[in-house]
Amino acid sequence: MNKRFDPSIVGFFCNWCTYLAADLAGTSRMKYAPNVRVVRTMCSGRVDPQMILWAFRHGADGVLIGGCHPGDCHYQEGNYKALRRITLLRTMLPQFGIEPERLRLEWISASEGERLRDVVNEFTEQIRRLGPLRKEAAPKAAMAA
Amino acid sequence: MRLESENPLTLSNNGSSRIGFYVCHCGTNIAGVVDVQALAEYAAKLPGVVVSREYKYMCSDPGQELIQQDIKGNRLNRIVVASCSPHLHEQTFRTATAKGGLNPFYFHMVNIREHVSWVHEDRTRATQKAKALVRAAIQRVSFHKPLERKRVPIHPDVLILGGGIAGIHAALTMADAGKHVYLVERDPTIGGHMAKFDKTFPTLDCAACILTPKMSMVRAHPNITLWTYSEVTHVEGYVGNFKVKVKRKPRYIHEELCTGCLACVDACVYKDARYPDEFNLGLGKRKPIYIPFAQATPLVVLIDPETCIQFKSGKCKKTCVEACAERRAIDFEQREETKEIEVGTIILSTGFQVFDAKRIPNYGYGIYPNVYTALEIERLINASGPTAGEVVLRDGRKPQTVGIIHCVGSRDENTNRWCSRVCCMYSLKLAHLLKEHTGAEVYNFYIDIRTPGKGFEEFYDRLLKEGVHFIRGRVAEVTDWAMTPDEEGKLVIRAEDTLAGFVRRVPVDLVVLSVGLEGHADAEDVRRTFNITCSTEGFFLERHPKLAPVDTFTDGIFLAGCCQGPKDIPDTVAQAGAAAAQCMALIDRGYMEIEPNTAWIEEELCSGCHVCIAMCPYTAIHFDAQKKVAVLNEALCKGCGTCVAACPSGAAQQNLFRDEQLFAEVEGVLV
Repeated sequence: MNKRFDPSIVGFFCNWCTYLAADLAGTSRMKYAPNVRVVRTMCSGRVDPQMILWAFRHGADGVLIGGCHPGDCHYQEGNYKALRRITLLRTMLPQFGIEPERLRLEWISASEGERLRDVVNEFTEQIRRLGPLRKEAAPKAAMAA
Repeated sequence: MRLESENPLTLSNNGSSRIGFYVCHCGTNIAGVVDVQALAEYAAKLPGVVVSREYKYMCSDPGQELIQQDIKGNRLNRIVVASCSPHLHEQTFRTATAKGGLNPFYFHMVNIREHVSWVHEDRTRATQKAKALVRAAIQRVSFHKPLERKRVPIHPDVLILGGGIAGIHAALTMADAGKHVYLVERDPTIGGHMAKFDKTFPTLDCAACILTPKMSMVRAHPNITLWTYSEVTHVEGYVGNFKVKVKRKPRYIHEELCTGCLACVDACVYKDARYPDEFNLGLGKRKPIYIPFAQATPLVVLIDPETCIQFKSGKCKKTCVEACAERRAIDFEQREETKEIEVGTIILSTGFQVFDAKRIPNYGYGIYPNVYTALEIERLINASGPTAGEVVLRDGRKPQTVGIIHCVGSRDENTNRWCSRVCCMYSLKLAHLLKEHTGAEVYNFYIDIRTPGKGFEEFYDRLLKEGVHFIRGRVAEVTDWAMTPDEEGKLVIRAEDTLAGFVRRVPVDLVVLSVGLEGHADAEDVRRTFNITCSTEGFFLERHPKLAPVDTFTDGIFLAGCCQGPKDIPDTVAQAGAAAAQCMALIDRGYMEIEPNTAWIEEELCSGCHVCIAMCPYTAIHFDAQKKVAVLNEALCKGCGTCVAACPSGAAQQNLFRDEQLFAEVEGVLV
């Protein structure tokens, strides 16, 4: 278990849906992988692609963005903006040597605590399978875990 | 994007931040999983941290005082608290920070309870995650700036959507306090489901006797504008200042001219009522021109264009118009009308729909004529119902044995998982009433009897003494397949009696399905129109399940009644009162303080590329052609930050979510 790669994942969760889903998972005492560290934004539309690249550059092995379901955005359409940006960014990631699978956008509503748990667990597993983003850091990361 | 430095922390911190860090044990909620001592020691070593403490309950008065004293004693200028979700206590700690003499927005909160201790089990890894989140907050908080909350005025008028008992009660409460209320109801009459009930549990007082006076008061109240047969089509704006469009569907009757004399209904060329009557769930008949029921409010007839000859062929003798004579209330040319109103607060009290019993075909609803839903039985028992209160089967016989099946569409993995809360009690009530009306033997098939309310258990006791039968077991099927001669011509309820331990077959004449409550099929549309936060089960989501049960995540919009979840009449009325009080608290204060998380544009950095202008869903940004820069109108900005993420030059920024704050935070979580 100790030798297993323990990925670092940054989660950008919107204040109104996915952040609340994580709160709900908490109050419901659901258990999930501790790898996603959440940065709260008011809307998934606030997530700047540069923020995502900044995360990858500073050691993130994966980035998970959580927003409201289509049509449910607290700010009408910020989640659509996020979708467009992230779709575009994913096509560019390979040019930086980053697998697009390391970036995921999910719609998780405030009442979907279970879904949050499942997405976090599944994404953590996916990143674990992909291995560390910076391969040279791999032995160190494995040691740390 | 301006990223002058590899590490923004070293650039801006500059030794000027004096950060106080506090980790809350929350009893054992946090301390049981996260090593709070190690966390405090870790934080103490981070740059800028002057004070690092752990305390049992940071939200308690002594906890808050700790912050205030440290601000003064240690000249702190930044505060970070690691405790629960900011949705719970951010306000508490901001206030404490302000009391200590600092701008409240020099505070930042770390969620290590909902997001760490409650969801992780491994102490080491949970503590590691908590450290990362704390480091992020400490890096971030140096970039915080003093901010001021804005105040928005609250328009004193109120919109209530849904005229059931919840909407009625809330409307009357506020109207009596002198507030002007728009009560909008989709059906032609107010009253909702309660108007259909015969008696109410557990007191057995007559539903109409207690409801209809309130309906009349709504109609007569000078402070209430009642719009029935109307729907809200569009809402824009925000707390204090909503602009609402209401569609008024044509009744083909001028409401202000109709006196409710019903001469037109009598005069209709159809001598007999022949179309299924919605109010009686199709058990009775109505004419194309009708009122839903005798005490309908407003007592104004309406014409159903689907069945009216004049609408279908244009060749009716229009005897109704003749009967109406000089009052001229009937208008076949009436068109849909849209009203635009401004309100400061909104209550949603849109109610529920009953579970469609056809979804469980093995109970035979829609297959066997003598399988009814509980709501249909309410109408059959009701003296103003289609049978004038006589409980008869479809063939006119009186039932001698009745089976009531509980939890139809409730507590069921295959349909709805929740308990609908009212069905046990209304089943007991119907058992009592059916026995009273027909003298029949009544069998209740239940999973558990749930009677958690004032006088409820006593009512259950009373029924046991009245000789109503209770069989504990979920019913497998209702069938007309007779296995013995005494089952011939009957409906057989087959269920495992889990107390006796064998399968029973109970032949009955009448089956009543105690259908559960669910959100309206179009609850999603309503939710989107009002932009309230998501819930999966068709019920609207309250802001906090315990402490903000009538608030939504959208300021100024409140919930009352079953649209929030199944509940009985007393709870609905209590909630309606609470929602009314919440609205009035806002109205009487006259303003609301809003989060200062708006965006702004730095003129000298703006290249005038227009990207942000297209991003803004609130048209808060316009282009200053003279200066050739984008200009943001703070009053219109709601603080989503979408323009900030789009700005290629870093000119657009968002308070509380500035680039350097978020970049520092991202770096911080990646220990």
